[in-house]
Amino acid sequence: MKQRKLQCITMVFVLGAIMMLAACKKKVPPPPPPAPPAPTEPTASLTANPNTIEKGQSTTLTWQTTNATDVSIDGIGAVEPNGSQAVTPAESTTYHLTAKGAGGTQDATARVTVTAGAPPPPSSSGTEEELFSQNVKDVFFDYDKSDIRPDQQSALQADAGFLKQHPNIAFTIEGHCDERGSTEYNLALGDSRANAVRNALVQSGIGGDHIKTISYGKEKPFCTQSNESCWQQNRRGHFVYQK
Amino acid sequence: MFPFMNRLLKSLLLIPIFLSSAFSQDWIRTGTGLGVEKVRLAVPDFKASSQDPKNADLLKVFNDTLWNDLDNAGIFDMVSKSFYPLVPVGSPPDVKFEAWSSAPPSAAMLAFGNLGVSGNNLTVQGWLYDVKNVASPQVLGKQYGDTPTSDAARMIAHKFADEIIFRLGGGIPGIAESKIYFVSSRSGRKEIWAMDYDGSNQHAVTHVGSISLSPRVSPDGSRIAFSSLTRTGWDILMYSMELGRLVSFPRFGGTNLSPAWSADGTKLAFSSSRSGDPEIYVVDQSGANLKRLTSSKGPDVSPAWNRKTGAQITWVSGRTGLPQIYTMEADGTNPQRLTEEGYAVSPAWSPNGQFLVFSWIRHYGPGAPGAQDIYIMDIASKQWVQLTHDGGRNDFPYWSPDSRHIIFQSSRSGSEQIWTMLADGTNQKQLTSAGSNTQPNWSWK
Repeated sequence: MKQRKLQCITMVFVLGAIMMLAACKKKVPPPPPPAPPAPTEPTASLTANPNTIEKGQSTTLTWQTTNATDVSIDGIGAVEPNGSQAVTPAESTTYHLTAKGAGGTQDATARVTVTAGAPPPPSSSGTEEELFSQNVKDVFFDYDKSDIRPDQQSALQADAGFLKQHPNIAFTIEGHCDERGSTEYNLALGDSRANAVRNALVQSGIGGDHIKTISYGKEKPFCTQSNESCWQQNRRGHFVYQK
Repeated sequence: MFPFMNRLLKSLLLIPIFLSSAFSQDWIRTGTGLGVEKVRLAVPDFKASSQDPKNADLLKVFNDTLWNDLDNAGIFDMVSKSFYPLVPVGSPPDVKFEAWSSAPPSAAMLAFGNLGVSGNNLTVQGWLYDVKNVASPQVLGKQYGDTPTSDAARMIAHKFADEIIFRLGGGIPGIAESKIYFVSSRSGRKEIWAMDYDGSNQHAVTHVGSISLSPRVSPDGSRIAFSSLTRTGWDILMYSMELGRLVSFPRFGGTNLSPAWSADGTKLAFSSSRSGDPEIYVVDQSGANLKRLTSSKGPDVSPAWNRKTGAQITWVSGRTGLPQIYTMEADGTNPQRLTEEGYAVSPAWSPNGQFLVFSWIRHYGPGAPGAQDIYIMDIASKQWVQLTHDGGRNDFPYWSPDSRHIIFQSSRSGSEQIWTMLADGTNQKQLTSAGSNTQPNWSWK
């Protein structure tokens, strides 16, 4: 026991001596250290291609980050800073990527919508419902706005093109809003969004008889995080095939 | 006739004076207690008047409820129990006037009494004494009887508290027997729920099984109008409290939201997109005589009537972009914009007709803090005062029937919950905690 203590003390002494020696070397004042560069905030993006799949199919998640040391995707775990991976979600899923770095944390999300189709017969051209969900794309809106954005016109024209070829399909346009603001106002706003999409389709020559509209306001969000990429997912006119 | 109301008015009327001197500083204390000395009230625990084993539990419920009601009223300076004489007070002969009226309690008023169970009867005797008036001290003497349940003990405490508040609070009826209706998700679906004004007795009212929102109780308390997602879309539904079920109400087509009763109970205002754009409509309480009041592109929603005159309606319109608060005559003429900036929603009219309470993100836009808080505005001068400063999203304020309290929803505790405060912003308390609870609506009495 005593022996042990002595060893310990000796060790401390030797270590101390080494440290002092090391310190002694630095008699010349060191040049002022260069200011450490301010940590840059990480950036992150996450996309799913395609973002709508049938049940059983897979999709590819692709992500890029910068200035991040620790990148993970919920449900997948830690991943490389840049990469891609095939996933086969059983149901509609919002993938959530978190990029942590010295400069902070950045989130990115990607929504994969899984449509319940019949098990895919390889040679079939798909049912009308499958074709609908593959071809008719949702329309996204700016905050507190219900007019059709210029960058959504092409999606809307493609939707109109498909619907013209399938004039018997009945469908519902759901108006959705992000979580900010009042419940009642958002329901009215969602109604305006659904009607804006409907009016645009009717102007493109689609018969209004087969179109229903409903507002969900902020009652049925696609994505539940409090960030802009998630809010953008929720500000939309969503198409639902009517059986 | 209503000295308290005058006091509230006067104190709220001071707002413009405060504002001009402290415009950049939002935190202004105004309201019910300003410059008014509160009555110092002592409320010793009631005493058991029998030997029944149920007494202890019922006494606890009764004493807690009575104390909270009087404390919540906002008009009393409650004397701390640690200052009380050690001898319990159960009936008039027990009162030692000198011991209560001099320091340390220095009470002006003393509420005391006894509670006892005998067989299947609960009896409560309560008195209110002016302890400085030894010759003729009794202000109030009451006896209540009911079944020996904790619900009954709580109701008796509410009734006795309301008697005291009525006598000492300028003749304005207390709110201890009032109800609050709200939306709760705790069953898994958003349904309409009810609770006592103090948060006790929370129970589901509707079982619609979809999404039900925006409950508004009729002035006589017999019906609740609300908006619900049905097979045909969002419709106004009507629930009868007397029948305990939904009763028929017309479906108007489109998205129908945010019903609001006129103070005489004869009409409802609401938002409908039956024309393709959400507009404000008025309809008889029977559902007949639908009339459209607004016609501007953009959402028009969340109407509320002037509770005093019934002659004006306030509502929220997005006709210029972000939602703002407007007023108009009840026939739709003379629209006036009240808020000039930000994101302003959920207006409710004060019982005296002079003020609006509403929710406002005043500084809206990039770089702005974006807090959503509760504000009161004096309609004539458009001067406002901020009541909440404690973070979270604060929305759906509504006045108590006595004008002294405001109920609202806030996310400050981490989830949407219902909170109450005095109308000057003080004494903020959380009333709900299970699930998410939103859109509170206070009964009219």
